[in-house]
Amino acid sequence: MTAVETISPTSSGAGILGVVSEWLMTTSHRRIGRLLVASSVFWMLIVVLVGTLLSVERISSTTDLVDPTSTTQLFSFFRVGLIFGVMAPMTLGIALAVVPMQIGSQVLAFARAALFGVYLWIFGMVIVGVAYIGNGGPGGGDPQMVDLFLVGMALVIAGLIVVSASIATTVLTSRRAGMTLIDAPIFVWSSLITSISLILTLPVMAGALIYVAVDHSYTRATFGATEGVNAWIGWALTSPQIFLLAISTLGVLAQIVGTMTRGKQPLRGGLFVGIGLMSTALVGTVTQSFYALQLDGELSDIAKSLVPFLFYNALPILGVLIVLGLCLLAMKNEKAKPSAAFVPAFFGVAMVSTGMLGNALLRINNLKLSNTVFEEAVLVYVGYGVILSSLGAIAYFGPRIWGRKMPTMPVIGLGLLGTLGIVLAALPYYIAGFTDQPASRTTGSLGDNSQIWNSVAALGQAIFLLVIVAFVGLVVKSSRDGEIANDEIFETAQANV
Amino acid sequence: MSTTATALNSGPKTAMRRQALVLTGLFSAASAMLMGSMLAIWLQFRANAPLRESSDGSKMLRDWLPENIKIPEVATNTMMMTIVVTCIMAQWAIYSSRRSDSNHTSLALGVVLLTAIAMINAQIAVYMQMNIGVRDSSYTMMFYSITATMTALMVIGLGFTLLVMFRSFASRVSDHDLILAHAVYWYSLTVIFAAMWLVVYVQK
Repeated sequence: MTAVETISPTSSGAGILGVVSEWLMTTSHRRIGRLLVASSVFWMLIVVLVGTLLSVERISSTTDLVDPTSTTQLFSFFRVGLIFGVMAPMTLGIALAVVPMQIGSQVLAFARAALFGVYLWIFGMVIVGVAYIGNGGPGGGDPQMVDLFLVGMALVIAGLIVVSASIATTVLTSRRAGMTLIDAPIFVWSSLITSISLILTLPVMAGALIYVAVDHSYTRATFGATEGVNAWIGWALTSPQIFLLAISTLGVLAQIVGTMTRGKQPLRGGLFVGIGLMSTALVGTVTQSFYALQLDGELSDIAKSLVPFLFYNALPILGVLIVLGLCLLAMKNEKAKPSAAFVPAFFGVAMVSTGMLGNALLRINNLKLSNTVFEEAVLVYVGYGVILSSLGAIAYFGPRIWGRKMPTMPVIGLGLLGTLGIVLAALPYYIAGFTDQPASRTTGSLGDNSQIWNSVAALGQAIFLLVIVAFVGLVVKSSRDGEIANDEIFETAQANV
Repeated sequence: MSTTATALNSGPKTAMRRQALVLTGLFSAASAMLMGSMLAIWLQFRANAPLRESSDGSKMLRDWLPENIKIPEVATNTMMMTIVVTCIMAQWAIYSSRRSDSNHTSLALGVVLLTAIAMINAQIAVYMQMNIGVRDSSYTMMFYSITATMTALMVIGLGFTLLVMFRSFASRVSDHDLILAHAVYWYSLTVIFAAMWLVVYVQK
């Protein structure tokens, strides 16, 4: 362990400017990671606020919180912001901060490149945000702002690829002597899989984006002008791409359970297999294939559609179930010591798996759930599940970084409240999907009992927003005034769990 | 005022194992996925292009490549051969570096630099000979997009070569991994370019 001096800015010789410049030019993996996580928390608050606004707007056709012409842009922003502004950077930020110390490395591989990637992402997201404000998202009315949106997305993608490459290189090259990949902590493995998945999928999106951007700048004919943006990059804003960003939730849960059971994890290799199986979503992502199950017709026809359906939709779910099952098996150990971070981490994975199951239903053509709010519920379950799991990761890894404990009961309480918020925000849309409530619409005929479902969903979104605000406050408070952590919390951080 | 808290140590300094090589491998994979996706979209558009009669009326053709556009095959085939030469030179740099022969390492890297510049020059020559505008048709818009992206990847390769060459000039002959990574990048560019050359310049 290392003594960490927490020095107030007034006592520093360099002053506040020195502290700021130290942070902005840092090569410390902890600081780069925290910079990325903090920036993504900013977007998290905005995205969940937009989600809440949209849910309230949906309660009744007469509600007029948002300008009707802006709703399409807000629905698009919610999706883009949640995936590229929150899920991806939050996952990678935690990995940046934690992975080097877990593998016993002092430094991050290509730390300056990683910092550059973080800045690319920050500037890219600012540009994307400005483009949305100027009505320039996919399908937007201002062509110049749409051009700006495409540039912003390119920067975001480039930044995330650079950060992912730095994490993957660190894991592959900088492990302490004698540590093989199988010996590495399970969170490291999940971070490696996530990073490589992003390195392989984001360039595919970039390729489509280049065509769309050139077409939009010059001809606006071949790729469908502003409406074409969603048609060509929309696959990256839905499943199975979002499942790749949820891989690390399994790593967080397995890591916490490993600590709770002091490394007594039965069938540890199964965890690696489970996480690997979840990454098979990669195949569906890069081929942009959404194999649906058709239950009509001859048995042979059903079987023909069943095989690819199971491969593309059921294998990732199987991976999650394997990890969940093994973690619960490990918890049967009598000596297991409870951890507050387990609550948000476990329920985060539970929410993600609920979203994945919903996605499998979505791909059954006979249920006719496409283009209904059911699709949005899948995104909310998976996206908010990743956020909840990330809160668990911060509660678990945070004290190991800043050396102060987080209080147990508030973390458990916020974890449970967050779970309630997600269920209330998403489950009504699962139900409303079966009553044909249309997706991305706030006016017109919204289906049977839509007011009830939309009211409950709005309540869920509001609860989740409050949970995030409260958690941020808790982190700030405990990192400054929290009880100083004892040696116990460090025992298993680098252990083979 | 200061307070002291304990935090987990990052551990002893570890020997970095082939970081440049691994990063280059990952970047090459990303480049391959980027160009692969662009080629896939190109092929999709070409396959969905409507049919039309050839100018002599003897056969039906996909209405993809406008009849007035002639691809300068000499320049494009020369590019394909040049990039193979680039790989051979990059391999020569590895061979020389392993023997701590800084003169030949620098010479080989210098030739790589020249061939890379020649590739970019040839691409510009192709643009000038074809004399088409981005706005002319779907084909021209996609042609410029895919070839300009490939050229951008080559410019990155050029920068990589410059970096390795300057280190070689500074007598850092022990940079075996960096020189190996440099060669790996050019090998991957060759494979990517070969795919693009076949689809865009040969099959048209």
